[in-house]
Amino acid sequence: MASTSARPGLWSIRGPMTQRRYWLFAAVGLLLPMVLWWAVANSGWVEKVFMPAPGSVWERTVLWFDEDHLMADMAISIYRVTAGWLLSAVIAMPIGLLIGTFRPVQALLEPLTDFIRYMPAVAFIPLVMLWVGIDEGSKIAIIFIGTFFQMILMVAEDVRRVPAAQIEAAQTLGATRGEIIRLVLLPSAKPALLDTMRVTMGWAWTYLVVAELVAANSGLGYAILKAQRFLQTDKIFAGIILIGLIGLVIDQLFRLVHRKAFPWMHLKS
Amino acid sequence: MDAPKVVSMVPKIRIRGLGKIFEGAQRVVALQDIDLDVQENEFVTLVGASGCGKSTLLRIIGGLEYHTSGELQAGGKTVAGPGADRAMVFQHYSLYPWLNVIDNIRFSRRLKVNREDLTSADVERASGRADALLSLVGLSSMAGAYPNQLSGGMQQRVAIARALMPKPEILLMDEPFGALDAQTREVMHDLILHVFNLEKATIVFVTHDVEEAIYLGQRVVLLAPRPGRIDTIYKVPLGAERHQDMKHTREFLDMKREILDRIRETSGMKTDTGMLDKMSAV
Repeated sequence: MASTSARPGLWSIRGPMTQRRYWLFAAVGLLLPMVLWWAVANSGWVEKVFMPAPGSVWERTVLWFDEDHLMADMAISIYRVTAGWLLSAVIAMPIGLLIGTFRPVQALLEPLTDFIRYMPAVAFIPLVMLWVGIDEGSKIAIIFIGTFFQMILMVAEDVRRVPAAQIEAAQTLGATRGEIIRLVLLPSAKPALLDTMRVTMGWAWTYLVVAELVAANSGLGYAILKAQRFLQTDKIFAGIILIGLIGLVIDQLFRLVHRKAFPWMHLKS
Repeated sequence: MDAPKVVSMVPKIRIRGLGKIFEGAQRVVALQDIDLDVQENEFVTLVGASGCGKSTLLRIIGGLEYHTSGELQAGGKTVAGPGADRAMVFQHYSLYPWLNVIDNIRFSRRLKVNREDLTSADVERASGRADALLSLVGLSSMAGAYPNQLSGGMQQRVAIARALMPKPEILLMDEPFGALDAQTREVMHDLILHVFNLEKATIVFVTHDVEEAIYLGQRVVLLAPRPGRIDTIYKVPLGAERHQDMKHTREFLDMKREILDRIRETSGMKTDTGMLDKMSAV
């Protein structure tokens, strides 16, 4: 009888996949939409003004870079997102830590936070304009509102996920409350916290366009909004793709930091 | 069946009329009227059907749960919460995955309670102790490895060494080998007996494995469920020296059968033979 491999098929549930096949599929997944876009744009079915071709989006991007301060738009947008997100992280971390550690704090703050996070950040724009004004502060405030309340709940959950046995082992070795927070809860939750920071950074970017609705005169979101007024769909495309690319780069940076900061998590036994 | 007590000897753990009631949607009497003395340098194992409260009792001694009635003293002092005198070893997930093996073992050195009035000679002795414990549990070559690189058995060795590091007077073990395979468990049994002889601690050990309870314990305390209470205390007729062959001796097997039968009787669960007949008839 001929020897046959018992390797399960490609489409078996959670089946195995070789590295080469994986990257092959990934390449198809990335290139196929590009090809479809190119095909549809050049087929003449859709008017250029609704769907510009990849080539014209590229040309518009180059033009934006050469004549219309693309770098300045990117810089100010990155600044706004980072500032709003950082402010949110600096305040949400200790609050989330307290919610995840002490039941009274949880009772006091978690239902409130749950309630507020369902309020749409966009609806706060008029209030923010009244309270903060229309300068940089207001854009940062919108991004802050969009991420802060979610972040608190996620940080609290990260801290709550620390296994009870880790805490109890420290208690039976004589650790005080402060020592448990400092030597067990924080280091144990750190990798999850970094992941939370990565995910919320992504959400902060989604609030950029909304934030730049408020009396902005620079930034990627503002450029997209302005392009709409002049029917420059290619520029809208360029802006959206740029935001996506910046997000991808930041996401990869977070993952790199994760691997460098927590090597013990990425070990193979 | 209890050994005659020496009157002047103060027990290391003294439990009198201890009860634990869980108040909730349903009121559960987890433990009722527990009286138990554990002497210094004694190895006591707790067994019983599920729901008998053996883990709850251990956690109360460790100060991780509180009792709702009765008295509990450890080392002559009333227990009010966890403390460095009563280290605990858990079934799993208790190691710190961000610390390597030796730093896990040394964890207690970072706590203030172990740093008070310390001389440099003490510090020196402590680092020597960490190394000694590391080789005691047979992991000298793994000092720099991280917990998720270790097998389950190795992880439990580290957990034991970490618990022993600050020289606790009492070592509480909550099914520490429950997740290990049978072969690894045997190795761990001899290791823990070796540790017990060397470290002179008082050990209370919870298990659902009767063979393990007899092999390790000087006394086996059998708890019965609903409400959780002490049913019988067995004195193990084996000497201080234990080895695997003893598991096949008459007296060992007799005691094992006796305890297993008693657990079955107290569990309140019976095989419904009538139902089995009906099912096979279908």
